[in-house]
This record gives sequence, structure tokens and C-alpha cells, in this order.
Amino acid sequence: MKQEFPKGAIKAIRGRSFVIKGDDIDTDRIIPARFLKCVSFSALGEQVFADDRKELKGTHPFDLDQNKGANILVVNDNFGCGSSREHAPQALMRWGIRLIVGESFAEIFFGNCLALGIPCITASKEEITNLQNLVNKNPNQIWDFNLQELTFSNQKETLKLNIEEGAYKMLLTGKWDATSQLLDEKERIKNTVNNLPYLNHFK
Amino acid sequence: MPGGSTQLFVGLHLIHEVTSPQAFSALNEKNLEVKFPNLTVATVDHIVPTANQERPFSDPLAEEMLSTLEKNCKSHGIKFHGIGSNSQGVVHVMAPELGLTQPGMTVACGDSHTSTHGAFGAIAFGIGTSQVRDVLASQSLAIKKLKVRRIWVDGELQKGVYAKDLILHIIRLLGVKGGVGFAYEFAGPAIEKLSMEGRMTICNMAIEGGARCGYINPDETTFEYLKGKEYSPKGQEWDNAIKWWKSLVSDSKAKFDDEIRLNGSSIEPTVTWGITPGQGISIKEKIPNPEMMPKNEQQIAKDACKYMNLEPNQPIEGTSIDVCFIGSCTNGRLSDLQEASKIVKGHTVATGIRAFVVPGSQKVAKEAKRKGIDKIFLTAGFEWREPGCSMCLAMNPDKLVGRQISASSSNRNFKGRQGSANGRTLLMSPAMVAAAAISGKVTDVRKLLQD
Repeated sequence: MKQEFPKGAIKAIRGRSFVIKGDDIDTDRIIPARFLKCVSFSALGEQVFADDRKELKGTHPFDLDQNKGANILVVNDNFGCGSSREHAPQALMRWGIRLIVGESFAEIFFGNCLALGIPCITASKEEITNLQNLVNKNPNQIWDFNLQELTFSNQKETLKLNIEEGAYKMLLTGKWDATSQLLDEKERIKNTVNNLPYLNHFK
Repeated sequence: MPGGSTQLFVGLHLIHEVTSPQAFSALNEKNLEVKFPNLTVATVDHIVPTANQERPFSDPLAEEMLSTLEKNCKSHGIKFHGIGSNSQGVVHVMAPELGLTQPGMTVACGDSHTSTHGAFGAIAFGIGTSQVRDVLASQSLAIKKLKVRRIWVDGELQKGVYAKDLILHIIRLLGVKGGVGFAYEFAGPAIEKLSMEGRMTICNMAIEGGARCGYINPDETTFEYLKGKEYSPKGQEWDNAIKWWKSLVSDSKAKFDDEIRLNGSSIEPTVTWGITPGQGISIKEKIPNPEMMPKNEQQIAKDACKYMNLEPNQPIEGTSIDVCFIGSCTNGRLSDLQEASKIVKGHTVATGIRAFVVPGSQKVAKEAKRKGIDKIFLTAGFEWREPGCSMCLAMNPDKLVGRQISASSSNRNFKGRQGSANGRTLLMSPAMVAAAAISGKVTDVRKLLQD
């Protein structure tokens, strides 16, 4: 049964986790460019990490049976660097990922995830390494993420996580889908258009 | 905004076929219209074939993407610079050369290399498709204010050393995530001496250092470039514009969140050996030994050596290559082609090497032909193609095959980037690519300049 895509306030996420190990994993690896040839995002879930998976012939974390139905990724440093393609978080989301925990994220990728309601949460290198070991040791473990408290826990341990304050508020209030808020400022936008020199013949 | 981000007005919104279709669909789903169609400009670049551009394209998916863009532009009243318009090209090449990008603008595009436009003293950055939707709907987007790091470059680049070498050197120094949270402002004598095209190369790759924006103060070089361009202000407007543009310059009292200095005179031709743009070395250096690197760089360096099949402690110079690619939003402009052609002239492409030139835009192609640059490349055995993004990311038929290794003037050497899942990329300046093409291996271009 496919999970619904994120909607409204993101308060808690529950599920199994798995690890994608490595620093500087770029969006070309998350979704190779040839899969960008589409006018809809709908087929991307199947193609996530396509080339890495092909290379590992069924042993890539996204192919392992034990990870089917998992919804939390644990990654390392500078995850999602490179291209601005929203196809990358779209592919992850459509595969089933709802939360990414890592050492750090590339900026555009972080924003793209936020726009889809997928929190990218950070912890220190040491904490992430420990977490990755725990997850690898027991892939069946159910983890609970609590956004309000910024905790990630199983029955035994609780990890304290971080997220930049703006994103925290947006996710918690469900206002991560910016369009309607932006449109609320119609008058100010019109004012800007009427006053910017380069839109008004430099008068 | 409630989340603490800023609602930023976008003065120039550029779109292309890859990251816009889903944004238009989302707009339709939400029953929204394009708020200011005259502030969005479209072209097609990523998927266009560079050998035969006859419609319909032989790749039905590429054809569908282009026709979707055409349809969306038509139904929303957006100006589209298509194939055959004489103004089509890689979005970060064609917009500046039309004079669309100007100092003081905010520029956004669903493409990370939008940082290019900062070379004009604009705030320019890449966005995802959800934000493309937001800009179409509201001409604004939600963004967090960036910190600014000034990168001051003293001296001047030596003969045979180009803007590309400088930015590869900077990314090597600061790392591929050193710029996260920052805009990079490039300044200092070495930057001031660069042409607009060189400045665009620098800002283009700011994102490869993790910085979402690159920026360079506008000056006489900027104004000279813009003068007379199709969308540049004219007459009295031009005089007023210059006054306003000059008022935007960050002056000597400007405060920066961080500042670094380096000497441009000592930079040598730089080549990447690994799988991130930060893994670069000068042509005189050897491929680093991962064991000798800082601990946090060791794993990716090991991965890189294995993937690239390059031995630590071996010189990068002399590395055999298979394919040479000159083009892209980083280095597909006229001066890039011109500098490369100087190296090529009177030589031929080495046996077994496939070498091709893809001009960044129709205007670049036309001007290059007028100057006979295409002939120089063709005579030497290069292929001369039609404008597009081509093998920078290989969304069209131009791809590496199998384990082929390329010398490429593009911007990313990620695993699988150039169209083969295990293909390999060495990034370098267009002149260095030309040198590699005629010698069949990585070569110090300065040796050929002395000939």
C-alpha cells in the first residue's frame, strides 16, 4: 500500500530506516539526468539511484527486501549537492521516503525537500555514524520522529536532532507549501513591480 | 514570512523544458495563472539534439518536452526563444547575451547554474520546480537570506590560465560544501581584469562550491558588455540605468560575513581527477594519495580513485583520454571557443579521440562562424555542433560510452554525469580540452602556447 504524499502539518513520522552511506552524494546519482526526460514526476520513484543500483546488482539499499516499506533515510555529509532538479526529492518521495536524517544537506536540495514536506534533519557526524550502525544492525527497528521535540527514537535510545528554525516552523504549522502565502502579498508584489527601476524604464 | 524566510521578488525568471512542465501542471491544478508573463523568458537547451535539430526530434521524449514547453509558453503568453529563433541557446548563455540579465536584478531559474548571472551584479540562484511554480504564480519566492563571503583575488591570471582554472582552484580550496549558506562575492584585481565571459564562468561554478549565488560588482566591463544588447536600456534610460547600477556596488565600507584572499598570479592550469568538482589539482601535481589526505576526505578520495581508475601519486599530466567536449553554460561562449581554437589551429585531433564543439547559443555559433572559428575546429578534426547543453549532462544523444574518459569544459564530474553510468570526466578549461584533443592526453596548454 503506497503511503500518501505529505500534507499539512508534519508532526511525527514513524517507520523503518535505512542507510545511504557516503559524503557529497549528488542529485545526478539520486536521479540520473536521462530520467529527467519527462513532463510528469509520476514515474520517478522506480528510478531513484538507478545507476548505483544497477552497479550493485540487487544489493543496493533501495533494492534490499528488508528496506521495502521503509520511509526514513540516514545519510552523511552534503547530501543532495549539485543540480537543482526537484526530480531528486520527488524520486525519493515517490519511492516512499518521508524523512531524511543526515550530517548536512545541500541548500537547494534542502529547500526542494521542504517544498514537498519532507524534513531534512541533521545531527553531528558522530551521532549519525552511531545511528547508521544501529540501523544497519537492526533494520526492522521502528523509529519515531517527533518534529516538535526534534527527537528520533526507538524504545531504547533517543537522539536529539536539529533543523533550521524557518523550516521547523513551516513544517510544524503545515505552511511549507509557500504558494498561497506568497500570493497573500499581492499588493506588495504589485508595488514592487511598479517601483523597481528596471521594470519602469529607469525613471 | 511565518517560517522566518524572506519573500523575494524575482525580476527575471528564466525557464527551460526540464524543470518547468511540472510547475505549469501544478499551476493548472491549483487553477492559478502566470502573474507577470512578461517577466518570464523561455528557451530550450537541455534535451536538444546537437547533430540534427529537425522536428520532430527522433527522441519522442525530447520532442514531448519541447512541445510541452511551446504549448505552455503559448497558452500563458511567455516569450519563447526556440530553435531557429536565432536567440535560442543554453539559458545561462542566451539570457546574458540578449541583455536580459542586468545589474541589480533578482534572477531565478530552475537550474542550479543560474548563479552565472551574478557576474552582472545581480542576485541570481537556482530553484526547484515547486519554486518555479511559485514564481510563475506570484513572481516571488520564499528564501532565507544568505551570508556573504568575499573571495578577493589579487594579481592576475597568467598566460594559459583562465577563469575556469581560477574557479576550480577556489572550489578545491574551499571545498564543495564550503559555500553552503553563503553567496560568493568575487572581487579584487584578478577578477576586475576578467571579461564578462570569464566572470560568468566564475559565478557559474559558485554552486559547485556549495554557494547558491556568485556575485561580481558591476563596472565598466559590465556596462560595455551590456551596451547595445537587444534588451539593454537605450538613450536616456541607459544613462539613468548606469547611475542606478553604479549605486549598487558594494563599496570599501561593505561588511562581509567572511572573507578570504588568494593570489591569482600563482594559479596554474587546473584539472579535476575525481568525482566532485572540488577534487582538482594543478597540471603540475600528482593525483593525491587518499591516505595522506585529511581524514574526512579520505573515503571519497578512495571512491574517486577507484571509479576514475587513476593511481595515486601519478601525474595528472599525460592521462589518456577518449572524448573531448567544448561547450556548456560554463564554457560555451565565444571567447571560450576562440581561446580553444588558438590552440587547435594548425594541429589535428589525435588518433582515436572523438572531439566536438557545442556553441552555447545560436548567437555564439553565428559569431564563431563569422570569425572562421568553426573552420579551424573542423579542419583539425573536431565536430561542430548545434547549440545546447549537450554532453555536460547528456540529456540528448551526446554521451560517453562505457568507461570512456572525457576532457570536458563543463562543470560537473559526478559519477555517471556524462551519460554513461560508469563514464569518467576530467574538468578543465576549454583551451586545456583543446590541448588534450590534439595530444590525446591531458596536457599543459602552456606548452602549446609557446609553440
